[in-house]
Amino acid sequence: MDNMTLTLKLWRQKNANSKGAFETHTLAGVSEHMSFLEMLDVLNEQIINEGKEPFAFEHDCREGICGTCSLMINGYAHGPQQGTTTCQLHMRHFNDGDTVTIEPWRSQAFPVVKDLVVNRDAFDRIIQAGGYVSINTGQAQDGNAIAIEKEQAAGAFDAATCIGCGACVAACPNASAMLFTAAKVSHLAQLPQGEVEAAKRAQKMVAQHDQEGFGRCSNITACEAECPKGISVAHIARLNREYISASLGSETQVN
Amino acid sequence: MTGPEFKPAIDEYTLYIRITIKNMSLNGNVPPGPLGDKWTKYRSSMPLVAPNNKRRIEVIIVGTGLAGGAAAATLGELGYKVKVFTFHDSPRRAHSIAAQGGINAAKNYQNDGDSIYRLFYDTIKGGDYRSRESNVHRLAEVSVNIIDQAVAQGVPFAREYGGLLANRSFGGVQVSRTFYARGQTGQQLLLGAYQSLSRQVSLGNVTMYNRHEMVDLVIKDGKARGIITRNLLNGEIERHAAHAVVLGTGGYGNVFYLSTNAMNSNSSAAWRTVKRGAYMANPCYCQIHPTCIPVSGEYQSKLTLMSESLRNDGRVWVPKKLEDAKAIREGRMTGLDIAEDDRDYYLERRYPAFGNLVPRDVASRAAKVACDEGLGVSPSGLAVFLDFNAAIMRYGKSVAHSRGLNESDDKLVKKLGTEVIEEKYGNLFEMYEKITGENPYVRPMKIYPAIHYTMGGLWVDYNLQTNIPGLFATGEANFSDHGANRLGASALMQGLADGYFVLPYTIGTFLANEIRTPMIDADAPEFMQAEKDVKDRIDRLFAVKGKQSVESFHRRLGKIMWDYCGMSRNAEGLIKARKLIQELRDEFYRDVFVPGSNDEYNQELEKALRVADFLELGELMTVDALDRNESCGGHFREEYQTEEGEALRRDDEYAYVSAWEWNEGNPTLHKEDLIFENVELKTRSYK
Repeated sequence: MDNMTLTLKLWRQKNANSKGAFETHTLAGVSEHMSFLEMLDVLNEQIINEGKEPFAFEHDCREGICGTCSLMINGYAHGPQQGTTTCQLHMRHFNDGDTVTIEPWRSQAFPVVKDLVVNRDAFDRIIQAGGYVSINTGQAQDGNAIAIEKEQAAGAFDAATCIGCGACVAACPNASAMLFTAAKVSHLAQLPQGEVEAAKRAQKMVAQHDQEGFGRCSNITACEAECPKGISVAHIARLNREYISASLGSETQVN
Repeated sequence: MTGPEFKPAIDEYTLYIRITIKNMSLNGNVPPGPLGDKWTKYRSSMPLVAPNNKRRIEVIIVGTGLAGGAAAATLGELGYKVKVFTFHDSPRRAHSIAAQGGINAAKNYQNDGDSIYRLFYDTIKGGDYRSRESNVHRLAEVSVNIIDQAVAQGVPFAREYGGLLANRSFGGVQVSRTFYARGQTGQQLLLGAYQSLSRQVSLGNVTMYNRHEMVDLVIKDGKARGIITRNLLNGEIERHAAHAVVLGTGGYGNVFYLSTNAMNSNSSAAWRTVKRGAYMANPCYCQIHPTCIPVSGEYQSKLTLMSESLRNDGRVWVPKKLEDAKAIREGRMTGLDIAEDDRDYYLERRYPAFGNLVPRDVASRAAKVACDEGLGVSPSGLAVFLDFNAAIMRYGKSVAHSRGLNESDDKLVKKLGTEVIEEKYGNLFEMYEKITGENPYVRPMKIYPAIHYTMGGLWVDYNLQTNIPGLFATGEANFSDHGANRLGASALMQGLADGYFVLPYTIGTFLANEIRTPMIDADAPEFMQAEKDVKDRIDRLFAVKGKQSVESFHRRLGKIMWDYCGMSRNAEGLIKARKLIQELRDEFYRDVFVPGSNDEYNQELEKALRVADFLELGELMTVDALDRNESCGGHFREEYQTEEGEALRRDDEYAYVSAWEWNEGNPTLHKEDLIFENVELKTRSYK
């Protein structure tokens, strides 16, 4: 359909310290071929043409890979379409006359910057705590020196495909970032290059996760359901294995 | 390397647009010796900075993509004090992440005759003989180290059943040298660099500044000594000092508004250095990627690429008959209704040796020719088919054969073949369906060329240093390796080559002379002045208080660029475009509306600063395209083509790099003669 009219309820919040509220706008002329973000572009253009301030929302690649876009749409992270980032959600999944509620990610560890934008620096700090292989440039042996079974490499890839958007946190009633943390732990633990540090890595990353104020995982699995990249909660099981082996075998104390 | 004196080719157009031409060839500082030994010898004899001195030297890196991120991690490992800036909320968001298809390396794991020389030669030829031989050979040499490095970081490349690395083919070459991680190679390589960078941050060697946009370069005593940034969270204008500044800030494809670049990709960091005197080289060399999802409407914000790897198996075609094409455009028929004999697989017909895997510039122009003839297959008339049916049947038969199943059962064969295609390109097909609402396993994809990459960029010498001492440019931000056209899977290679294996060495040639220079003072008058300049620029934008949105100016600029400086160009159009851009720029400063204020998170102000810079860069691109009276690679001048419509290069007059000094709208052209000692200049043929 080429000419839908939607009622949009969007979150307005000046900055992290101010109180936010919903603001309602009507948008006509929405085409089914538009992406959700293009629909917001059109809304913002309309607002700017009235001499007012547009809604701040984050986006970049618009191809579903950079992880910049976010948005809770009608209560779902990245909207109701499974396996889809907001930027790849298209308006053909909505109907004329719909009311659409649009909010930022809600989590204590993701403070609101403005309107629909949140700060996800906590994710960087979790990776900095140990989400890497400790090698320097120039130290590598030949790329084919170690054969890695095809399925195993594919398994590592499935974890590595995480885009760091934060949907798992937004979807989780505990606001846990365990799926994000586990994806990196599991990616590296499945490869011989990353296996060496796997146990310590799990320990350090989980400690940082807790310190950032993310909640504990209680196996609700909403994260998996709303992850735009379909990252499986099985990776959390692998993280737990590494974590427990670390607490049993390592000299480092886990608090 | 000082070239012979050359005779400038001034014709009526260059006179008309009033440019100044300098007659001394720029010096690329290429080391002497045979091509294959240059880098090894140079690397072993260049000045070094001792570990104790590295700790006292600060380096600023702007951008955290493959080039910037890799350079930051590596310089941190070496012991320099590194400060890294990105406008993104995290270094992992850099646009390198969107690269799909793969990364080239001359490993010859497939035993198909690949070598460093062949990768070098393919790149020079693919670039239509407009790149610097020495840089390209170095790129080919270090390509093999990149794969090793990435594997050691835990990058999950695709593998064969034997557990070794898999390869595929890309356009413009006849070997399989492309390494890949499904259709997300850029993501995986960037995360590798990001993880190495994160390790250096945790070790305290690198300080990370997220959400900081570079808004000016600071030059002190003739050397680049720092940058001015705007903290995007609160608008604070900050001064940052260092002994040297490295840009890894990507390309400027978004000058066209619609491109495959991310929405926030911009040229401002690079352009600000041009405003301070750095030369912009070959700005007219833009890559138009043949396989993108066609434009669907006026609201379109960006274009989505379908990886070139699809051309391994997809066949490009249009209907032979105008009436069939018309019926498809009007929705009365689909591609499936067209009989095999009524289809024109035009790439296979025109270029039998390379077929669907001709280089990007060739494939793009051929699509344009087909659509210009009225054979386009989307409602707008601007699309051709990319068809996987033949590949599905071929793979299906092969699987049926190996499993001992009935090869003549078409339905079964189709099912098996679809599974193979799904494994190879699943995520790309899914993306296509999400965007278009059409199932590409059943109906052929519709594709059309779109702006994708810019070969032009800041002029750099062999050390990747610009003409401003202490200012370096890496990756897509520089001009050096791809000539007039980049081959597929070579952008990732160049970004990582520069970041991991070239810049960390070559920056030593500058820094070795700086070991006695104390920490640079960010309160020096040059810094204060640059900060004031930035504040004045921002105040000026807010003061306009006009009626039109920033976005609307960007769209209009993009249309001018695409219409007159896009897939094909001519002198008349370029002269007109320059005038239109100048007028649009005047209108921008008269009537733009930037809401809000500076001291807050303000996306409209961010855009306004970037679009203001695009409005100058766009003009320079038209000037460059007008000066280059030949066709080469991505630069196609209608006046210069063969009888068959192929690009007509003019090596006698234009075998040079155009390095432009902006000079506030009165550009001066500096030329670097390209000297080919190892490769014979030939007409590129893919027939």
